[in-house]
Amino acid sequence: MTQAEAEPGHVEVEGVTLSFGDRRVFEGLNCEFARGKISVLMGGSGTGKSTLLRMIGGLQRPDTGSVRVAGTEIVGLSEPGLVSVRNHLGMLFQTGALLDSMTIFENVALPLREHTGLAEAEIADRVHDRLAAVGLLNVDELLPGELSGGMLRRAALARSIVMEPAILLCDEPFSGLDPPNVSRIEALLMHLNRDRGLTLIVTSHHMATSLRMAHRIILLRTGECIEGSPAELASSRDSAIREFLGKDGAEYLAHHGHEFKGGEG
Amino acid sequence: MRRIGAETLHSVEQVGEAMGFGGRILLATTKPPFRWRAFIAAVYDSGVLSIALICASGLTVGFVLGLQLYNTLTRFGAEESLGTAVGLSLIRELGPVLTGLLVTGRAGSAITAEIGAMRSSQQLDGLRMMAVDPIHFVVMPRAAALAFVTPLLSVIFVVLGIFGAYLIGVELLGLDGGSYLAGLESAVEFRTDVLQSLIKSLIFGLILGLVATWRGYSCQPHSAGVSRATTSTVVTTSICILLADYLLTALWSI
Repeated sequence: MTQAEAEPGHVEVEGVTLSFGDRRVFEGLNCEFARGKISVLMGGSGTGKSTLLRMIGGLQRPDTGSVRVAGTEIVGLSEPGLVSVRNHLGMLFQTGALLDSMTIFENVALPLREHTGLAEAEIADRVHDRLAAVGLLNVDELLPGELSGGMLRRAALARSIVMEPAILLCDEPFSGLDPPNVSRIEALLMHLNRDRGLTLIVTSHHMATSLRMAHRIILLRTGECIEGSPAELASSRDSAIREFLGKDGAEYLAHHGHEFKGGEG
Repeated sequence: MRRIGAETLHSVEQVGEAMGFGGRILLATTKPPFRWRAFIAAVYDSGVLSIALICASGLTVGFVLGLQLYNTLTRFGAEESLGTAVGLSLIRELGPVLTGLLVTGRAGSAITAEIGAMRSSQQLDGLRMMAVDPIHFVVMPRAAALAFVTPLLSVIFVVLGIFGAYLIGVELLGLDGGSYLAGLESAVEFRTDVLQSLIKSLIFGLILGLVATWRGYSCQPHSAGVSRATTSTVVTTSICILLADYLLTALWSI
């Protein structure tokens, strides 16, 4: 057993069951997200990708089961109890979730003002640094309502990384972005992962980007989850998996198949 | 029968939830820092922007009271008591109650809609994920602002109402101005009337602050849910204010 295999996941989900009314979303879901790796959650609409992210963030309680974040069991924790966990978490929501009555600068500066004793000049430096990293310049005084969908998402990403979290949860970070910005955000996320050891859990329908950046793909299907490296999943004999990955999966395998030395097939 | 039982249980649960929510707001007021900026903004939105409505309503209610009471009192040759009747009815009942209802419609519903929209667009979840308590950051300053502005607006309503009745009774119908003011001065007592009126208004403001923020915070996260929550704030608060008015009046009459 290698060291990586022996090390517990940064985020561990065990035996999770969740229903919304009569609709069962998870039935004994088990999955693990490795420390310092990029895990991409995939699956059709309604398979619970966003719900799983919300669960890891403590925003959604499972009916039964366990969710551990950095070794801390978060199921059953009260809101004040979750604060210490959330100090290590960042989350990019699908809607952006920026406060619409505050400017972009104030939105990105908010966590710094709430949780650090930094001087305003230092806060301004950090905010501008993060906004520049996501390709947003001269937006300080704009309100979220004045930005396009793609710009809004990038501003939200800047806010989610401004506190340098250890784990970043990204709900569809590439949707609504033009190709140059998809590349920019992909590069930024990979840089954060590679240079700062950020554990990244991403939901995405952006197949080519997901296959390119993921260390591990977790494919959610009704009632089950299938895990594997991109190469493992792309070479799967399961027609449903191959169909889901589509031509991007085949192209990925054509370019990287030689790196794959077997698997479940 | 089963349905009545379920509805009753649901209502009891709702009261319990609202009380728990009130406790969280109260706890948030004790945690530093106090959100002065958000509080002042909410005072402006709920209070300052309601002044025109309160002035217009107070004045017209005063007109109606002046006219109706003058005509009624004249039948008994007691028109000199107009100041007394107007003052006591406005200070003890109409001022706090009508102000409470007006602020509910004008500002309470807006706060429910604002918090509800924040919930449905995940802004509250965004705050929670930044380890910022939405009760402390969003709810508490708005609830406190409603409780703060309601008594102040009630004072404005009463003053304008008394002035409106004066205009009708004295300037239009020819009652002696001195009698009007003397009746008012002799009948109204600070401790039993003015203070109780302010306490009533404060209680109505607290009820409004609690219901408006709780309905917004707990609404279904979609546009229909926000709409239902806004309606519910107006209905629930109005009933609670009228009920509380009766209970407080009965309590102070013992």
